[in-house]
Amino acid sequence: MNQGSQFCTFYLDQLLFGVALNDVQEVLRSLDMTRVPLAPPVVRGLINLRGEIVTAVDLRHQLEFAPRPDSAAAMNVVVRSEDGVVSLLVDEIGDVVEVEDSTFELPPETLRGRVREMITGVHKLKERLLLVLDTARACEMKPREPAAEP
Amino acid sequence: MSGDAEIVKEFLIESYENLDRLDRELVELEKHPDDQSALAGVFRTIHTIKGTCGFLGFTKLERVTHVGENLLSLLRDRQLQLNPQITTALLSMLDAVRQMLSQIEQTGQEGERDDTELIATLVRLQQKPAPAESGAASPTTLGDILMERAGVAPQEIQRATEKQREGDPRRLGEILVEQGAVRPADVADALRVQQSSRGQGWAADSTIRVDVGLLEKVMNLVGELVLARNQVLQFANRFKDPAFLAASQRLNLITTELQEGVMKTRMQPIGNIWGQFPRVVRDLALGCHKEVTLAMEGRETELDKTIIEAIKDPLTHLVRNAIDHGIELPEDRVQAGKDRAGRLTLRAFHESGQVIIEIADDGAGLNLERIRKKAVERGVTTTEQLARLSEREIGNLIFLAGFSTAQNVTNVSGRGVGMDVVKTNIEKIGGSVDVQSTPGQGMTIRVKIPLTLAIIPALVVGCSGERYAIPQVNLVELVRLESDQASTSIESVHGVPVYRLRGRLLPLVYLSRALGLESATANARAVNIVVLHADDREFGLVVDHVNDTEEIVVKPLSKPIRAVNAFAGATIMGDGSVALILDVLGLAQYAGVIGETHEKALAAEEVEARGDSAEKSTFLIFAGPHGARMAIPLETLARLEEFPASRVEMSGTAWVTQYRGQILPLTRLSDVLGEPSPGLGQLRLPSEHSGPLQVLVLNQNGRPFGLVVDRILDIVADRTDVRSQATRAAVLYSAVIGERVTELLDIPAVVQAANLHHEPAHASAAKGRPGQ
Repeated sequence: MNQGSQFCTFYLDQLLFGVALNDVQEVLRSLDMTRVPLAPPVVRGLINLRGEIVTAVDLRHQLEFAPRPDSAAAMNVVVRSEDGVVSLLVDEIGDVVEVEDSTFELPPETLRGRVREMITGVHKLKERLLLVLDTARACEMKPREPAAEP
Repeated sequence: MSGDAEIVKEFLIESYENLDRLDRELVELEKHPDDQSALAGVFRTIHTIKGTCGFLGFTKLERVTHVGENLLSLLRDRQLQLNPQITTALLSMLDAVRQMLSQIEQTGQEGERDDTELIATLVRLQQKPAPAESGAASPTTLGDILMERAGVAPQEIQRATEKQREGDPRRLGEILVEQGAVRPADVADALRVQQSSRGQGWAADSTIRVDVGLLEKVMNLVGELVLARNQVLQFANRFKDPAFLAASQRLNLITTELQEGVMKTRMQPIGNIWGQFPRVVRDLALGCHKEVTLAMEGRETELDKTIIEAIKDPLTHLVRNAIDHGIELPEDRVQAGKDRAGRLTLRAFHESGQVIIEIADDGAGLNLERIRKKAVERGVTTTEQLARLSEREIGNLIFLAGFSTAQNVTNVSGRGVGMDVVKTNIEKIGGSVDVQSTPGQGMTIRVKIPLTLAIIPALVVGCSGERYAIPQVNLVELVRLESDQASTSIESVHGVPVYRLRGRLLPLVYLSRALGLESATANARAVNIVVLHADDREFGLVVDHVNDTEEIVVKPLSKPIRAVNAFAGATIMGDGSVALILDVLGLAQYAGVIGETHEKALAAEEVEARGDSAEKSTFLIFAGPHGARMAIPLETLARLEEFPASRVEMSGTAWVTQYRGQILPLTRLSDVLGEPSPGLGQLRLPSEHSGPLQVLVLNQNGRPFGLVVDRILDIVADRTDVRSQATRAAVLYSAVIGERVTELLDIPAVVQAANLHHEPAHASAAKGRPGQ
């Protein structure tokens, strides 16, 4: 498992997440989006990324967090996944952080729900915890289905 | 020792091309075995492959081609005569070579093939031991070229030829490379020079090879340019600056021309894929013990590369099918007074912006009787539906899944898979397929496909605040209903909204509902119907706005969104935003126009065909009291309406409703038929909970009146041959309509009964309900 020592970090509902910097293509401000009817619920829409059409996945929905308030514009963390380029919608962009493998720990046992499935582990930073997102899983777009059990 | 990857790659590309040509040449040669120049050509090609793979170190490949070359040299020197066995052996040699090449392409190795049997066959066919062909390709020449071009020292070459004389089995080039006298690339170069000096060069002056990847990239860039052009044009129109406008017009023209030019680079003649057919036809005909001559017309017809690739397999299948099922055995043909050899014709041509490919055989044609039987057996359709189908439509049943009428399942076709896949694959690229058959004289399968997929004209429509593009090929016409028209001319058949388009019932799909979107427009505004064509059916798509037609660049969607089926792709509009391209076929299936209501669409077609078939009439089927199945001739029906119970008012003892500025009297069918209605219904308004009333609006001497029925069931076209006496008043007779016994309502009698209600109210009420 590639723990990568550099992470692109961002915030979702006050929590600090990170994706391996290697997976990240670019970070963009909020872009116009075209919604896709009947698409998997995590798909927020399609964006025009310099002529390429990129699917935007709402990470809040993916992690089963409360929806983002309408007033807040989502930021795009554009990552490369197996199925092509996907834009992950996040609340706010953080810094690029460099971490040691020694600060890594598996997700705490008590962590439950979707977050547990979506992260590979936690890095203990000095002042807070960095949740390491599994890029492939974050980009998954399952067709409409009932929400997973908590 | 394997040369560097570049040489191997070039070798592969060249060899594949050569092999494809060889297939054709060998089959051609079989027809004209004395064609010395053709033989020499075949020999040279094999020789070149052998030569190159020898020096690249592909020993197995070399061994196989070597024996093949020996056999060919005997043929060339007229020591042997070409016969079918030899052709077959040589063709299987080509197959073996092809397999090894693809192995090399994938793994860089020749793989663990065992070709001893093939080699033995090739050797056996030589009859007498062939004089060992000296392995080198006229070493002096190759040596000379190498000396001249690569500056190889003459001594080196002498050393190498000496080694060969001493029994070194390797090729000259190979030895030289080992000696370090020359680079492998130079040898490959020299071999090519040698080959072209033998009069076998390519048309190097007028064409160049271009990497497909590069071409794709250029194509994508042109796509971007088209989008940017669209944006600029929008701006230009807004600013109205004459100089800017002129410049943007020029940009417009140049872009269009560039786009056409680049599209042309992707065009390939269909002959490229037809090239394999002589071989396929020959092998198949032999395998089926049939005689088939193949004619091809319009080989030069050009198609986009992606389309060429997409239709290759379907076409092959259709050709196989024609030989296996279509063309009869020679004896049967003679008996039927035809030539022993069947004739298979492939024809390609352009027609109104599309490419038509026809696969025609002069075989037995389709056995419609067997198709009918099979269709019912397999549960593909019902006898009832069958009766309504035209012969052409029955022929097209062969494209349904799980359908094969071949009596014997051969290894070629007849396993019930195939024709449906052919259809699906052709439809995937926006094409269609149709079959025409004349019993005893053969059949023609007509495949229609678009020229290109990358940039298409599309109609842009608006719905619930988003824009969607509809490919022009699916578009039939646009209908706009003004608001007052709209509320009355859209009717409902059993919950399915329909619109009468010139006498035909057009099922309607509301795009907003189909996509699960909130509808932006209430009933207030005009209704825009986009009449679309999918899978031979027409339906109307109701959208909020119709914008404009535009050239759009089709961009692929990610897999999870493709899975939705309602979208064929996406595109970028002039303002830079993304719009989805509707997949009309998928949408129709999703909305059920093609799936469940298929039968209804058929019925709608029958309405159209009403004039032609005198015996058949079309009936509206509805449920009367106690679920009785009843019908009226469709032409007596003015309209179908649905009224909420709250709109019914009382006038005296009768129900009425306000309808198009009139008072429409309503009569309940149960009253007319003398069925006691539950409770004193006649005097009461319908309960608010009873749901909307289904009303048939009938015309009685120019005055409309409404007949309240329980449910609208269907519209069916049928004869009414099977009849029996009526068993109650206001019924003409009972007949079998749509395979079920149905009571035909006597409308004048109903009118009369209804009139009795309306005149002297109290008296008629009593008379009108004899059951009480």
